[in-house]
Amino acid sequence: MKTPSTLNTPNTPNNSEFSEYNLMDEKTIKSPQNIVYQKPRLMNDIPMHYCPGCGHSIVHKLVAEILDEMGIEEKTIGVCPVGCAVFAYRYLDIDWIEAAHGRAPACASALKRLWPEHLVFTYQGDGDLACIGTGETIQTLNRGENITVIFINNAIYGMTGGQMAPTTLMGMKTSTCPYGRQADLHGFPLKISDIAATLEGTCYVTRQAENTVGNIARAKKAIRQAFENSLQGRGSSLVEIVSTCSAGWKMTPVQSNQWLAENMLPYYPLGDLKNIKD
Amino acid sequence: MQKDNDILLLKGNEAIAHAAIRYGYDGFFGYPITPQSEILETLALLKPWETTGMVVLQSESEVASINMIYAGGGSGKCVLTSSSSVGVSLMQEVIPYMAICEVPGLIVSVQRGGPGLGTIQPSQSDYRQATCGGGNGDYHTIVLAPCSVQESCNMVGLAKELMMKWRTPVIILSDGSIGQMMEKCILPPYTPRRTDEEIRRQCPWATNGLGLKGRKPNVMTSLELDQALMEKRNRELQKKYARIQQEEVRAEHYHTEDAETLIVAFGSAARISMGAIDNLRQQGHKVGLLRPVTLWPFPEKEILELASRMKRIVVVELNEGQMLRDVQWASQFRCPIEFIGHSGGVIITPDEITRKISEMGKL
Ligand SMILES: Cc1ncc(C[n+]2csc(CCOP(=O)(O)OP(=O)(O)O)c2C)c(N)n1
Ligand code: SF4
Ligand SMILES: [Mg+2]
Repeated sequence: MKTPSTLNTPNTPNNSEFSEYNLMDEKTIKSPQNIVYQKPRLMNDIPMHYCPGCGHSIVHKLVAEILDEMGIEEKTIGVCPVGCAVFAYRYLDIDWIEAAHGRAPACASALKRLWPEHLVFTYQGDGDLACIGTGETIQTLNRGENITVIFINNAIYGMTGGQMAPTTLMGMKTSTCPYGRQADLHGFPLKISDIAATLEGTCYVTRQAENTVGNIARAKKAIRQAFENSLQGRGSSLVEIVSTCSAGWKMTPVQSNQWLAENMLPYYPLGDLKNIKD
Repeated sequence: MQKDNDILLLKGNEAIAHAAIRYGYDGFFGYPITPQSEILETLALLKPWETTGMVVLQSESEVASINMIYAGGGSGKCVLTSSSSVGVSLMQEVIPYMAICEVPGLIVSVQRGGPGLGTIQPSQSDYRQATCGGGNGDYHTIVLAPCSVQESCNMVGLAKELMMKWRTPVIILSDGSIGQMMEKCILPPYTPRRTDEEIRRQCPWATNGLGLKGRKPNVMTSLELDQALMEKRNRELQKKYARIQQEEVRAEHYHTEDAETLIVAFGSAARISMGAIDNLRQQGHKVGLLRPVTLWPFPEKEILELASRMKRIVVVELNEGQMLRDVQWASQFRCPIEFIGHSGGVIITPDEITRKISEMGKL
């Protein structure tokens, strides 16, 4: 990190005013060489509809940063899900197709075959990807479509108000399993990434999280690798990101992050499930 | 690769596959079901990805197929799928998305007897599914009804024109008899597929990233949480439909000039009715045929005009009377309207139509 004394302060007309306190004026702070963190260029400036503490917004930012770094927005097509990320297209300034619930992988399959030089990715929740769209997910990954699937696993149906998802943990309470998930009534939490890793068509299956700065950095690296796989035609890449749904879980953002670490990660352990490099 | 203007003996389904390649379609996505599997099979055999670059993919379901068409069309590509009755039912999920997002795409529906799994024999019992819109919301699709192998082929070209001109899904409503019967077919010359640059110019709305740095992002979405905005989008769509109804009605006449009895029939029922009309005319009955070529938009004005000078209208369909309602409505009951039909895969014969019409007696 740069400290104020080492910062470069060119062309600052009234710098003297501040020098006494070793402070910078706004223009200096915003000069390109001093910026250490900023809103990604491909992310626009409108208020997000996500709840405070929601994992979606973090992953949106990562996607925007990576697309910008790779400089490929003119050959990128995103496919949004039905779920809280249905409005992803409002926040990321790229071309998007909004798929019907669960069908994003089918849309992406066609897009990638019709635009073989493009980066095509889906962005899907657990209900979308691992329940209503399980068929499309498995078939797309098994065909080895050269696409990336970004999978936000928050163990709940966020958008419709917190109902049970295929990924809901045993004993976890939701509005449709108010007494907690029970095997005899509801079956078991689905580890769809583990299934995906067994498919011949996948080249990269990884499980990441967004609850700490370190995990966010690792998630970013994973998404970047997945995008590169897709562009190089190595097969299907699936990046699961274990995420918070503070509203659905009925917790504060801080509680959500703790709950994720204590409950989600033991059942959904982080790391690569498959990584074929060539 | 075959020569331009080849003349081949083909099934209706095979003609559609050849036509898709030659008219410069970019992709086909489909799932096997009788009686239309020859479309996918013929494409697989012809390997257009090695010649024109057309993509061919066997999808995992008709739900997936229609989503592939939605996304492909939304990105500005010219794409088609095909299926039959129960499979087309599954596609109803996303046809409304295509309609409201104004996504071009061709759906070939080769009908078989229903309801449900029904039979694999020919039928026209999905008339309502096609023309009334089997999905949710206020929408229409253009529906073209071929009555021969040649027309099946030609309509693949016409559908391409219409879907791109109007940015709308188009259905070719064929059936098991037209799909399976073999006839001489003159295939069109090859039209090259559009280049990326042509797509960028012709489809500035498409979601393909092309030229993104110089424009706003393109988004295909049917979602609109503000009800007033949603209604506005609906109203815009209705305006487009009104223009399509003005400009795109197509119907064919057969001996209607001096007719006193008018048969109204489409597709294979029209073909069969023509045989009956030849017999009836030999017996001295003045019978003619109006064959709606577009089922939506429906030739309402022509039917009203004809109904005003006919003694009787007979609607012939391979169903229990679906287009019948549209004919009754369009004719405003200016003359008596009878119905002859079979369903569940039973095909009507020219003899039966001949007998039934001559039994109706003089009016
Ligand atoms: C065909 C269909 N069925 C149901 C719905 C209602 N619905 C909207 S979002 C959603 C669940 C989304 O949950 P998830 O995929 O986990 O996304 P999240 O909101 O948690 O990110 C459901 C059931 C719908 N839009 N379409
Ligand atoms: S409901 Fe959950 S997933 Fe949806 S925005 Fe709120 S926190 Fe995020
Ligand atoms: Mg969820």
